[in-house]
Amino acid sequence: MASLVEGKTGSWEVVIGMEVHAQITAHSKLFSGASAAFGGEPNAHVSLVDAAMPGMLPVLNEFCVEQAIRTGLGLNAQVNETSVFERKNYFYPDLPQGYQISQFQHPIVGKGEIEIDLPDGSVKTIGITRLHLEQDAGKSIHDQHPTKSYVDLNRSGCALMEIVSEPDIRSADEACAYWAKLRMILRYLGTCDGNMEEGSMRADVNVSVRKPGAPLGTRCEIKNVNSIKAVQMAVDYEVQRQIEIIEGGGKIDQETRLWDPAKGATRSMRSKEEAHDYRYFPDPDLLPLHVGADWIANIKQTLPELPDQKKHRFMEDYGLNAYDSSVLIAERERADFFESGAKGRDAKLVANWILNELLGLLNKDGKDLSSSPVTAAQIGGLIDLITDNTISGKIAKDVFAQMYASGKDAAAIVETQGLRQVTDTAAIEKIIDEVLAENPDNVAAYRSGKDKLFGFFVGQVMKKMGGKANPSAVNDILKSKLGRS
Amino acid sequence: MTNLTHLTIDAARAGLKKKEFSAVELTQAHLSAMEKGRKLNAYIVETPELALQQAKQSDAKYAAGSPGPLEGIPLGIKDLFCTKGVQTTAASKILEGFIPPYESTVTAQLFRDGAVMLGKTNLDEFAMGSSNTTSAFGNVINPWKRKGDKTDLVPGGSSGGSVAAVAGRIAMGATATDTGGSIRQPAAFTGIAGIKPTYGRCSRWGIVAFASSLDQAGPVARTVKDCAHLLKSMCGHDPKDSTSANMPVPDFVGALKPDVKGLKIGIPKEYRMDGMPAEIEKLWQQGIDWLKAAGAETVEVSLPHTKYALPTYYIIAPAEASSNLARYDGVRYGLRVPDDNLIAQYEKTRAAGFGAEVRRRILVGTYVLSSGYYDAYYIKAQKLRRLIVQDFLSAYEKVDALLTPTAPSAAFAIGENEDDPIKMYLNDVFTVTANIAGLPGLSVPVGLDAQGLPLGLQVLGKAWDEQTVLNIGAALEEAAGFKAMPEGL
Repeated sequence: MASLVEGKTGSWEVVIGMEVHAQITAHSKLFSGASAAFGGEPNAHVSLVDAAMPGMLPVLNEFCVEQAIRTGLGLNAQVNETSVFERKNYFYPDLPQGYQISQFQHPIVGKGEIEIDLPDGSVKTIGITRLHLEQDAGKSIHDQHPTKSYVDLNRSGCALMEIVSEPDIRSADEACAYWAKLRMILRYLGTCDGNMEEGSMRADVNVSVRKPGAPLGTRCEIKNVNSIKAVQMAVDYEVQRQIEIIEGGGKIDQETRLWDPAKGATRSMRSKEEAHDYRYFPDPDLLPLHVGADWIANIKQTLPELPDQKKHRFMEDYGLNAYDSSVLIAERERADFFESGAKGRDAKLVANWILNELLGLLNKDGKDLSSSPVTAAQIGGLIDLITDNTISGKIAKDVFAQMYASGKDAAAIVETQGLRQVTDTAAIEKIIDEVLAENPDNVAAYRSGKDKLFGFFVGQVMKKMGGKANPSAVNDILKSKLGRS
Repeated sequence: MTNLTHLTIDAARAGLKKKEFSAVELTQAHLSAMEKGRKLNAYIVETPELALQQAKQSDAKYAAGSPGPLEGIPLGIKDLFCTKGVQTTAASKILEGFIPPYESTVTAQLFRDGAVMLGKTNLDEFAMGSSNTTSAFGNVINPWKRKGDKTDLVPGGSSGGSVAAVAGRIAMGATATDTGGSIRQPAAFTGIAGIKPTYGRCSRWGIVAFASSLDQAGPVARTVKDCAHLLKSMCGHDPKDSTSANMPVPDFVGALKPDVKGLKIGIPKEYRMDGMPAEIEKLWQQGIDWLKAAGAETVEVSLPHTKYALPTYYIIAPAEASSNLARYDGVRYGLRVPDDNLIAQYEKTRAAGFGAEVRRRILVGTYVLSSGYYDAYYIKAQKLRRLIVQDFLSAYEKVDALLTPTAPSAAFAIGENEDDPIKMYLNDVFTVTANIAGLPGLSVPVGLDAQGLPLGLQVLGKAWDEQTVLNIGAALEEAAGFKAMPEGL
């Protein structure tokens, strides 16, 4: 199962646990009414509470709690009816209160699990340790002035969910798959937009290595891992670094390291000895959070179909294979697009057209489905023309290209351009006779055993008929005319 | 003509209503008295222009026949309450010059009801102290002196400026806050009344935080009834404070009656401490006798964990304070002592901005929350807190309220008790329990000691039962007939 990494002294097993900070999709911040929108002029979205003015007090945003509960349910996790906000104390200019309000001993969500899909098609379960609510910090900007730093508090106080996994991950691939699946689930739930450019998902990755079967090795926490590519590169780098140290006779120091995407390397940030003493204690400004079982049950009622449920349904109901299903469900919008196109049609054909044609073109243009010039209904219309033999698959590709370029319906394109398929055998026969008559040498060659020339004759016929001939009729008549079957 | 500054709030309301004098005259009388009373150092900032402007508006309200419940009543506002457009310092250098762009909920409610602000009253820095000797803006002087002795005495703390102003007749009443006794002990030291309501009665929004789970605002005034007037305006649910209680505010004034008939009053035996001055012991007995004579039954009760109250308080309060005061970092507002190095800037700013007592408590608080000490101190203190709460709950199964002395001594001289912080902390021994348990407590002046200094008795009540506390206080007030005033007034 686990992919081992080969070193000079043999194989190494990689052990990874991830802490993902996901920004909650919400209009306002976790404890203030200020806008949680991304961007804006620096310090434009800052309330008195966010700036920690004297005497200001936090008031919990109920919607953020609902989002955390929804996420917990989506992670198949235990939602705790009582949780406690605590203060994590440290000084930094982008942390106005001098503490971050977080949850420590009593998080809102406890143990859960998700399934990840690996590149070889296998599935693995990764345990979720907990999910807790906390405030984001502001942003320190160090490159605007030679000697000064600037602080932007727009992010200060925005709601984050910290989602902690069990150390169940065994490779960079698994770590990437975990990140991808988690992101997919959050996006399905609508609790985090997963926008990595805007920092909506950030990970701290805990990495250690050990000989298979040995006790856990000393781990390093890698911070600032903010994209799927970074997960892959940071884990690969860190695993090699640790193996080289151990194999060189050294030992791993427990420490916090920073991923530097520019250098493609991790570097030491602080050692265990330098670790902060955060002096957590329950925030006396906030009462313990009680969420009723009724509320949790109501939220559960509103959960959408989740990616894995959808994937299995696509396989069962539409007869799709696991790979196609997993690509289609990767985005909720894509799955919906497929389903609306597939309704009452050959679903596999619809899936193929979306996966092989449409997504390819969109990808090339850097667009996504929401800006697709071809609608699901239009794809359906094209499929209908193929299944009722109005056009051939080959013509369909041309028609599709025109649909993509013009946004017109397939039927209209076929009609105005006279692309309707010719199934009239007499007409086809007439053309075939012409082709055979024009190519006596090839006919002779074919009859003497050059099988490959069959395709040449098909091509010639199609060319003369503008591609509109029904391919199977062409095949049948050609075979009988050429006298070999 | 009547000396307007000697009126009670209750009498001033009547006089204003009857147009015997105007709100401007009432305010002007206080502003003049304040000038003469500056030696008390009761105010950090005086706001005469604002006061007169507010008083003018009050007169207009009276003329229109729509005065608020506190219309035209001049008050001192403890400089821990953020006041929009008026410097708010918490008596700390670190906030010197800080002008909030917002108004605390409590003061906003007082102004909504017509109160006039005379100025911001002095206090112990960040409300940490029992003598008002830790203010960055100088000591407050108690208007009272020992008989035949000119020595300046402390007014108690932390609401020293508020009580000195009220006792010195340079405010009719004042806002105060009480984290471990900061309303009641200074009220007792200056011969006035003061009530700390149940935790959650008054919004903490806009009050500079000291220890969030203990802080509670309340009024000080010269009579119990005046306290009831102010309390009514100060209380009420505030959605901006998650610990504020969503409960209706009783008509404390309308329901006030000096009637204790049929009430059971508990006398906690653990409050009879070794070394308590005989006069305080005697006065306590006097209080018991008064209440009995008025028809109450007094019974001895036990609050067995009382001896742990002070250490519990001096762990929880500094712990919360160490975190609450982290925001004063010189980055966004207040004092900054610049340095090219961030850590050095923090250190220099906070060393220059905080006084010795505040620094001491931040250090203690940081220590008790540190890993390795957290369980031994903070967790243990939280457990004791629950036991102390349970003590009260058990007692209140048998009695309606408790009667104790407010403080273990009368006002002392400035400089006394300064050598040893523990000695200073002992001032709070009878008052901290109410903060730990979140219960209402009132101090009412009932007599003078042999040196001519006022002494107070404390009434502690059940949660949300300020009314019984006020009524018992009114009965004691009536029985005591306390009319003494500082010399020279």
